[in-house]
Amino acid sequence: MAVLTEEQTMLRDMAREWADNESPVTAFRKLRNAAPAEGYDPAAWSEIGQMGWGGIVIPEEHGGSALGYLSLGMVVEQLGRNLAASPLASTGPAATAIALGENDAAKSEWLARIASGDVVATLAVDEGPIHGGPVTTAVVGDRITGTKAFVAEGDSATVFIVAATDGLYLVAGDEGVTRSPRRMADARSHAEVRFDDAPAVPLGGPDLTAKVVDRATALITAEMLGLAEQAFATTNDYLKTRVQFGQPLSTFQALQHRMARMLTELELMRSVVEGALEAIDSGRSDTDQAVSLAKAVAGDTLKLVSREMIQLHGGIGMTDEHDAGFYMKRAAVLEAMWGNAAFHRERFARLNGY
Amino acid sequence: MATAAELEPLATFREQAREWLMANFPKSLAHQDAGLSALEGPHDPTPDEAAWTSAMGEKGWGVPTWPRTYGGGGLSRAETRVLQDEMARIGASNPIGGMGVMMFGPTLLEYGTEEQKQEHIPAIARNQVRWCQGYSEPGAGSDLAALQMFAEDKGDHYLVNGQKTWTSGGQWADKCFALVRTDKTKKHEGISFLLIDMDSPGVEVKPIRLISGASPFCETFFSDVKVPKANLVGREGEGWTIGKRLLQHERSSLSGGGGSAGRLLAGKPLSQVAKDYRGTDSEGRVSDADLRMRLVRHEMDTRAFMLTLRRAALEAKSNSGPSAATSIMKNVGARVTQDRAELGIEIMGMNGLGWDGEGFTEAELAQTRTWLWGKAVSIYGGSSEIQNNIVAKRILGMLDHQ
Ligand SMILES: Cc1cc2nc3c(=O)[nH]c(=O)nc-3n(C[C@H](O)[C@H](O)[C@H](O)COP(=O)(O)OP(=O)(O)OC[C@H]3O[C@@H](n4cnc5c(N)ncnc54)[C@H](O)[C@@H]3O)c2cc1C
Repeated sequence: MAVLTEEQTMLRDMAREWADNESPVTAFRKLRNAAPAEGYDPAAWSEIGQMGWGGIVIPEEHGGSALGYLSLGMVVEQLGRNLAASPLASTGPAATAIALGENDAAKSEWLARIASGDVVATLAVDEGPIHGGPVTTAVVGDRITGTKAFVAEGDSATVFIVAATDGLYLVAGDEGVTRSPRRMADARSHAEVRFDDAPAVPLGGPDLTAKVVDRATALITAEMLGLAEQAFATTNDYLKTRVQFGQPLSTFQALQHRMARMLTELELMRSVVEGALEAIDSGRSDTDQAVSLAKAVAGDTLKLVSREMIQLHGGIGMTDEHDAGFYMKRAAVLEAMWGNAAFHRERFARLNGY
Repeated sequence: MATAAELEPLATFREQAREWLMANFPKSLAHQDAGLSALEGPHDPTPDEAAWTSAMGEKGWGVPTWPRTYGGGGLSRAETRVLQDEMARIGASNPIGGMGVMMFGPTLLEYGTEEQKQEHIPAIARNQVRWCQGYSEPGAGSDLAALQMFAEDKGDHYLVNGQKTWTSGGQWADKCFALVRTDKTKKHEGISFLLIDMDSPGVEVKPIRLISGASPFCETFFSDVKVPKANLVGREGEGWTIGKRLLQHERSSLSGGGGSAGRLLAGKPLSQVAKDYRGTDSEGRVSDADLRMRLVRHEMDTRAFMLTLRRAALEAKSNSGPSAATSIMKNVGARVTQDRAELGIEIMGMNGLGWDGEGFTEAELAQTRTWLWGKAVSIYGGSSEIQNNIVAKRILGMLDHQ
């Protein structure tokens, strides 16, 4: 655990309590079964807004608390533990794009509303199923045209931060915007979003795109950490209660060692995730490396823990009535989002001149 | 190595098989993957499918090595391999399968009475009766011998009470081969092997949904189900021995399912799918170097597995049937199958995780389901951990730690 300020500790504990009481996995299951068009529970999102979590990375003069990415990451981690379907991990980096951007009008128009949870904002970067492919979306005059694939919260977002060939643009409202839902295994909101001569406000060049994508990536590693922790804890509890051969499964050394190995990997994962978030907050020049390190390790570890969750639960883990499948499906989507482990190992190699 | 004299009749057999397949295999079925139907439940056969099943059933070639007296093909292993070659050549797959073929048939051939064989084997060979496996119970999974379902001796019949779970295909099955307790005082020796009609009064099935969305298996409840004594296989109390034998058949056919490891994805080799989704570098190689090396590892793993399966088959000349080594094969089969599915979704990126609706090809949606379903391969038929325990104890002679 990073050394936390008193404020951060309070925030983390509050987030954990809220997630456990107000947004347990049963809430996600209900949502999955009801399949609302926006992909999240508006009531829960509005509570998140009231608690001010939407403003954690937003400057104070725009209605935020400017606590930074480590703080937001801790909240996202707690939500991840219970698979809370919340747009928080999308709105954070989108707000940062506006805050770091060069358009003051956009800041005063949107940041306070994002901070309060009135507006869902999201990033629209990738144009194919795999992160890091070519971007062809282009701006002519003040209009943007292109198609973005698998935009998280794309079903409901009011504000899109869109990557074009020459940098980031803000597109708000529905003029020239067409959304097509993509139903995926994790039952969360993902949409293909088409921009046709949509009015676009410039925020900054390719440097800004890279910065913002790194923030989005770091944030989902925090969600991944939450998932991994909880998948591990649930499995650990199960092994202590399930009896076969006249004794709890947790007495079998073959399983004990596997749990011990996973715990070890989880420790490493926590360090790299917190490391990336801290690098962002302190503005370190090697933030890109820290982010790739975090996403690569997080991808491998979450894969290990979420797959083992199914295996070690045996038959019950394969059933829809158990939560294990939810963890594995969300894990697989997060592993692929913003570049998988292979992508980030390769990027890490490049950044280090291998 | 086969001598020329041995090869001659094989050549004749090849001719005959080729001709028969030409006359009976509907070309429309060539290279048709049964796809997910095996996992998601049966579908109504098309006229071509029905004709093909019935032709293979008549000929006995769906179960090529079973004796002709009971409707099998009566072929030698060598002839069976020739038949498989010839079928593969024209893209024909065997329409006759299921638990009757994979597990129950071979076990009954070994342990059943003459009457039992005549009653059940030909129907399996013709695909007329669907069997399910009533082994697992809520409290008896890996520890199968802890099963509680009780069959009380009532003179000419048993009265069966209890619950089974994870019964694959229970809702579609005509009959169930079940392990039941006939004696509560002994753990292993109190178990018997009983055949139960699924339409008997008192049998109730409740489908369970899997993480893949399909419901191919059930909770199965038995209340005061009358089962004739004639349906006992082997002696009372011999069920554990027979049941374990059946599990060996299950494992060897499941590891044979590693054949699915060599299967094409979206009609193409995995490496080609990778090139299509990930692009190629200037020399035409999969552009993602890390993925490329993992694809190679997987391919090598798969080939090593296939070669080992072949070697094991050749070495089993003594024809003593499956052994503890099937545990090794089952685990490797599960590994290559699951690695392949993981690589498949990784290659496809977000497209490999589609659930339904617009924006995904059929092959992509199938890949998601195959990936999810595939997680069961290392659980059912005895989990990988249990196979490792068997290897440690029965092959390596290691001791229980308790
Ligand atoms: C898709 C599917 C289809 C199935 N179809 C059928 C069917 O048709 N008929 C039928 O009877 N059953 C069926 N099964 C049940 C299957 O055989 C059991 O799920 C399996 O034997 C494991 O038992 P369990 O689920 O109770 O898990 P548990 O026995 O509770 O095991 C949980 C975990 O602990 C591990 N474990 C248990 N004991 C030990 C030990 N001593 N040492 C180390 N690790 C251990 C296991 O490997 C597993 O990882 C099916 C299961 C699935 C998933």
